[in-house]
Amino acid sequence: MPLRLEKRAERSSTMALLSPIIAIGLTLIFGAIVFAMRGVDPLHGLYVYFLEPLTDEWAREKLIVKATPLVMMAAGLSISYQANVWNIGAAGQLYMGALVAGLVPVFLTGWQTPEVMLVMLILGIAGGALWAMIPAILKVKFNANEILTSLMLVYVAELVFDWLVRGPLRDPKGYNFPKTVNFAGWQTLPAWGDVHLGALLALLAALGLGFLMYRMLKGFELRTLGSAPRAGRFAGFSADKAVYFCFGVSGGLAGLAGACDVMGVGRQLQTPYSTPSYGFVAIIVAFLGRLNPVGAILAGLLLALTFLGGEAAQTTLHIPDKIAKVFQGVLLFFVLACDTLVLYRLKWESRK
Amino acid sequence: MEQFYAIAITIIAASTPLLIAALGELVVERSGVLNLGVEGMMIMGAVCGFGAAYVSGNPYVGLLASIFGGIAMSILFGFLTLTLLANQVATGLAITLLGIGLSALIGESFVGQPIQRLPNFHGINILIVFSFVLTALVSWFLFRTRTGLMIRAVGDSHVSAHAMGFPVVGLRYACVAFGGACAGLAGGYLSVADTPQWVENMTAGRGWIALALVVFSTWLPKRLVFGAYLFGTISILSFTVQTMALGIPSQLLSCTPYLVTVAALVVISRNRQLLRANTPACLGQPFLADR
Amino acid sequence: MMKKLLISAGALALALGMATSAHADGKLKACWVYLGAIGDMGWTYQHNVGVEQVKKELGDKVETVVVENVPEADAAGPIERLARDGCNIIFTTSFGYMEPTLQVAAKYPKVMFEHATGFKTAPNVTTYNAKFYQARYVEGVIAAKMSKTGTAGYIVSFPIPEVVMGINSFMLGAQSVNPNFKVKIIWANTWFDPGKEGDAAKVLFSQGADIIVQHTDSAAAITVAEEQKKFGFGQSSDQIKFGPHAQLSAAVDNWGPYYVRRLKELMDGSYKSNMQSWDGMAEGTVAMAPFTNMPDDVKAMAQKTFDDIKSGKLEPFTGPITKQDGSTIGEKGKPLAAGDILGMNFYVKGIDDKLPQ
Repeated sequence: MPLRLEKRAERSSTMALLSPIIAIGLTLIFGAIVFAMRGVDPLHGLYVYFLEPLTDEWAREKLIVKATPLVMMAAGLSISYQANVWNIGAAGQLYMGALVAGLVPVFLTGWQTPEVMLVMLILGIAGGALWAMIPAILKVKFNANEILTSLMLVYVAELVFDWLVRGPLRDPKGYNFPKTVNFAGWQTLPAWGDVHLGALLALLAALGLGFLMYRMLKGFELRTLGSAPRAGRFAGFSADKAVYFCFGVSGGLAGLAGACDVMGVGRQLQTPYSTPSYGFVAIIVAFLGRLNPVGAILAGLLLALTFLGGEAAQTTLHIPDKIAKVFQGVLLFFVLACDTLVLYRLKWESRK
Repeated sequence: MEQFYAIAITIIAASTPLLIAALGELVVERSGVLNLGVEGMMIMGAVCGFGAAYVSGNPYVGLLASIFGGIAMSILFGFLTLTLLANQVATGLAITLLGIGLSALIGESFVGQPIQRLPNFHGINILIVFSFVLTALVSWFLFRTRTGLMIRAVGDSHVSAHAMGFPVVGLRYACVAFGGACAGLAGGYLSVADTPQWVENMTAGRGWIALALVVFSTWLPKRLVFGAYLFGTISILSFTVQTMALGIPSQLLSCTPYLVTVAALVVISRNRQLLRANTPACLGQPFLADR
Repeated sequence: MMKKLLISAGALALALGMATSAHADGKLKACWVYLGAIGDMGWTYQHNVGVEQVKKELGDKVETVVVENVPEADAAGPIERLARDGCNIIFTTSFGYMEPTLQVAAKYPKVMFEHATGFKTAPNVTTYNAKFYQARYVEGVIAAKMSKTGTAGYIVSFPIPEVVMGINSFMLGAQSVNPNFKVKIIWANTWFDPGKEGDAAKVLFSQGADIIVQHTDSAAAITVAEEQKKFGFGQSSDQIKFGPHAQLSAAVDNWGPYYVRRLKELMDGSYKSNMQSWDGMAEGTVAMAPFTNMPDDVKAMAQKTFDDIKSGKLEPFTGPITKQDGSTIGEKGKPLAAGDILGMNFYVKGIDDKLPQ
């Protein structure tokens, strides 16, 4: 092959900035072609898909709302994956966080003091963290692979959520529809337009975890255990404790994301519940953010943009959902491919 | 007796696509590559298989097409992760997204069209038989041939394998293609043999179950059969229990396959030696040959 | 004084007229929000068939926009986007869209909203539904006549009132022919998974059912019935292609006439909102696929039942109805109140399954 890859001596910081730009550039070209083929004016199409969510205030708010659970979960997953603790069950932990937080409006509807909001958020964290403890305990005590256990528990969480919301938690005045009473007052999150408090919490979580990972001993511990486990053991870092910590934090954040979602957006529990599927998208976000919790912020916004753009493409540009999904996949490919250039450089080899 | 046979056949039919897809992924992971795009490859296999069967009128042609559909997706995955060295987890997830969208696009004109079902003998079709043959083949290939040994070496330590002169990237490409072929075939099974129709997203997450089963099997093909059939059996039995109207909520019954799989994994995992011996140590890590 | 009144009345009329008038290019913009994909061959597919009819009949006067695959929790965004984009009327086709529809409707009082299978209305929100249970009754009658084992298998997704009233209506129809008819029920806990539906059908057949009824979306169950040389009913659309020897009939969602009617009303100004619209066989919204694969006397009986329901002579939920727990509901000879039907959460006597409470 005349063209080949060669590992750089160190990460190229120029490429770190350029590669997303190149990726977006390639996607824009691809997008323009797709739009033209569908009979849509390419410039208008690109505006609606990429720029409107950034420039139009209504769309900007929707962008932040969509990015919130992604950033919150991806931040937690980033530290977990860096420590080689593979929590694939964020979706299930989100279900549990939403469920436990939602118990308050269902059973204590009258509790309307400022404290109840805090209580619900804490319950959300607890719900997610406790559900995440199951794969953690199974790994530490029984050596059970956490990829499988956390993934299986997503399905279990979904079914338990469905059973409860459809059954005992149902709104008695709701014509037997599978939803709870509407949350009200202090049992919901304050919002500015559409943007609810969860967005701020997500930002704080990402920044906080970023600080933890790169400025605190705990972060060093986790990173060492992930990349050089034997060195970590020699240094006295406990791999078992790291498993508990990572599942606890990432599960807790997923649970918090669930609580914020039901308190800030839906304001009820209803089944089927679609937000948890973002638990899997958050995995992509974590990797796009190069497993840096702060990077998750931008990556989360980018992915939220693709979802929003897909919606806009359907409603405004009349491009079917299928094409929007293909577009999303291709965008991801370009981003991933261009990311290579950060760690590796392309070299021309002349044939000798 | 007839009832028992009917249930048994239903279990076998439900477990087969899981087994086939998982066997492919097992080989892929043994070579050290983590492919989370199984679901995307499966759904592409399903649509290609159905489309070809519909257009040609021949279900066997459909199965062949489903294999190629899966391979096509996997080559894309391979290019990104083995040549461009992109992150394997993210790429796999992106493939899944792409596969779901692309298959919906391709399948648009096939919705609502019936095709001739893959012929079967008392419920047993050729793919069911093939799944067992494939298990034996994969087992023999991985553990009794030199190429299989090379693949396992590559998965355990690609640097050492490269030093010994093994074609790391070439072997991985081959394994990834094999994995894609199996995933595609499993998808084709669903749309051509099991429920002959095309519906968007009809694989409904079976690719993820297959992935979980590979982990469950500790990368041993024979255990994979056990895992796939355990999952299939519990799933079908949970439906059977529903018909008995015992008052158990259907959602809780539906939890049983997942819980049983977790419990079984816990039991299997107690043997740490076996685990360590079979887990591909380089799973997920990119490899670049330095001259 | 009179002059002021007239002027303000005129202004009001003008404003109202403007609110429901068409766009600058003369066309009305009607928009639909779909839960699933048009390619699901089921619920969403049938709504889209209705939209196609709108395009055919009113294409020169109405511009149509559809948005697919909108999950319930995420619906507020797409619905609002449609409102912002200038839709005059928005149809949200799943019960899970209830709260988002109301939220957006409150922000856009000039846009009309129609929420399918819901129960909350607002000044600019109508709920619309169709009496699918009427078709189920006919299916029950056919099933009881055709079944050799006296047992039907019912594949369902989730226990919502819509589904429960279908099961009950089916049973009542079957019991009118065979009081000892039995039904076995499997909850698939999903709307879209042909593999699972097929598995459920196979399990039901193995447990003694010889007729399959479903309230899920794909044609999987019919293909299983065809394979096993048994019988079944299609759902949402005519699935005879998948079961040429197996399909007895199908309940067909025929939304076209309803959509066309509502859009015409919107265009000529007679449109009324804030109500519950519940069409049935009489309006053509609930139709049935041709009665096939049955002897002529069963066909005649089915046709008579269909005609009786359509003309209003027969109402499946006529009191008194005995519930599973033995109590009765409804007055003798009178149909059940709409509220009781819309929120139905009980089984009729004769069904063994248990509902979540």
